[in-house]
Amino acid sequence: MKNNYEPDGATQVDIYRRMALLKANDEQSRRVIKTGRLLMPYYSYRGQEVIPSAVSANLTDGDYICTIYRGIHDMLAKGLPLKDLWAEIAGRVDGTCKGKGGPMHLTYPSKGIMVTTGIVGSSMPIANGLAWGSQIAKDGRVTVAYFGDGASNIGAFHESLNLASVWKLPVIFVCQNNQFAEHTTYEKCTGGKQIADRAFGYGIPGYRIDGNDPIEVYATAREAIERARAGDGPTLIEAMTFRFFGHVFGDADGYMDKDRKKAAMAADPLPRFRAKLVADGHSTEAELAAMEETIDQDVEAAIQFALASPFPDIAEIRRDIYEHEVFI
Amino acid sequence: MSASDATIEAPAAEKPITIFEALNTALADAMADDDRVLVLGEDIADPEEGGVVGITRGLSTRFGDDRVRSTPISEQAIIGAAIGASIIGWKPVAEIMLMNFTTVAMDMIVNHAAKLRFMSGGQTHVPIVIRTMTGSGISAGGQHSDYLEAWFAHTAGLQVVAPSTPEDAYGLMRSAIDSPDPVIFIENIVSYAVQGPRYKSGLRVPIGKAKIIREGSDITIVSYSRMAIESLAAGEILASENISAEVIDLRTVAPWDRETVLVSVRKTGRMVVVHEAVKPFGVGAEIAADVGRELFGSLRAPIERVGGMFTPVPFSHPLESAFPPNRNKIADAVRSLFK
Repeated sequence: MKNNYEPDGATQVDIYRRMALLKANDEQSRRVIKTGRLLMPYYSYRGQEVIPSAVSANLTDGDYICTIYRGIHDMLAKGLPLKDLWAEIAGRVDGTCKGKGGPMHLTYPSKGIMVTTGIVGSSMPIANGLAWGSQIAKDGRVTVAYFGDGASNIGAFHESLNLASVWKLPVIFVCQNNQFAEHTTYEKCTGGKQIADRAFGYGIPGYRIDGNDPIEVYATAREAIERARAGDGPTLIEAMTFRFFGHVFGDADGYMDKDRKKAAMAADPLPRFRAKLVADGHSTEAELAAMEETIDQDVEAAIQFALASPFPDIAEIRRDIYEHEVFI
Repeated sequence: MSASDATIEAPAAEKPITIFEALNTALADAMADDDRVLVLGEDIADPEEGGVVGITRGLSTRFGDDRVRSTPISEQAIIGAAIGASIIGWKPVAEIMLMNFTTVAMDMIVNHAAKLRFMSGGQTHVPIVIRTMTGSGISAGGQHSDYLEAWFAHTAGLQVVAPSTPEDAYGLMRSAIDSPDPVIFIENIVSYAVQGPRYKSGLRVPIGKAKIIREGSDITIVSYSRMAIESLAAGEILASENISAEVIDLRTVAPWDRETVLVSVRKTGRMVVVHEAVKPFGVGAEIAADVGRELFGSLRAPIERVGGMFTPVPFSHPLESAFPPNRNKIADAVRSLFK
């Protein structure tokens, strides 16, 4: 990490704002699903907030991301509006995708949120194509592909790293290593000490970092993004974190070691970073409390907006399959 | 015909053209007309000889390495790159060398290319063409010869075309590249050398429109790709037996041209559907079911299907030859409806 890549105070507060938004949104999502007001598969990202918050602080709206079914945090951190998000996950016509995508296929191109996939590993091959387009257009944009540790064992990961390397694509592969591939631990299903090592096999830089340290994630992402913008090719970042809950909301997570989980939750990066911002003088307790209050109100307003939004007309089932409506 | 012959032959406008040449010029013309058209695939650039059979020869030299790229042998990466570039406005033509190799990229094709328009509520769409060649008859065995069009036709969001003449190959390629939605473009290996008359440069053949390639009054033979050529030959055999066959080349498998087929079968009262793909659960079953429902009561014979045998395509020549339909099998199927 280059020393001058440490984010300034305002940037650190901005990263925290994104983290607090993600945390509040996850808590509300679980609450609303529990009360039966939303029916959807929900893949909680709680515990992984730092990674997209610190990465996104280096991105513009023009930069692209491709993410996965556990990726609502990646999109919120990139600027996905709350109301569009909530209306979509409620299956309503005011959602990002008119209710036709749902939580696993959220899309919002005006903020560079181009593809969300429900298939493990499939964010990466498509991210390469976005990056190829930027490379030809010489538009200086970069693409971030988010995925989990489980995805590092599927073929698409390997094909994508190799192609990105030989084509020197402006893409950053960000692996959020939450130490579980669905129910199976990293140790049990992943060969080699660290996923970052696989980068060397494809001739690209690879870093394993503390994904719960906003400063380290910011600086590493910034270096990788600058390298990509400069035409020097892709980077693999393996950001270590821990998923606080089970694979999908409602699973009993009996496969997660209770002590490990307890320790991870005790080391929650949010209160730690919050305290640091105050101690370092970048913000005050009152300012942060006000920020969190605003976030809570925004999330609540989004929920109310979503639940009041109509469902899509049944005619939508024939639209957007092709350019023109089909009548088969 | 070699290039040097051109100086002593008749004027170029009158020279016949092959499917091979038609595809090459369609790609070149599309790239010249629109800077957004890209070409990628295994071995497709000129240092790699412009593709294993040479369809893309000359493109990388003319249009540069940014737009024409040889890839690793990575079908998921190829289609993924095409999808990603397409959703931000590029128009990639991806070559999956052989149709069996699409199996390695099915996630990208079926879960992503086909569905992104719908799942994004129309915010993104995937204007890509996936060129792929196939067909029995070159002793390539069980993993290099299959017609898999029914799988793709079964997927909402995809279009499937399979021309049998140079003119249609050119015109459908241009239309496929124009299309805002993904197209699976099937090329038959053994008919690349088939010749046909010259056509106007820039020609478009609409996707979804069949062509009556032989008029007749007693029976309708519906086919596509190389089997359209065999069906036409069967029509000639049957003519000598006083059976007048109307032969339809669908040209597009999905969406198939119901109207042209129904008008013809209304007239003839009989139909045989022919494809090289294995018969069970094939395109012929879909067409037969639709036509049977529409024209129930007015058909003069049961609808017959002729397809490849339900087996992996064999290697040994006599076995491989026994696998696909041919003009004689098609004629036999027609005759059976007149007994």
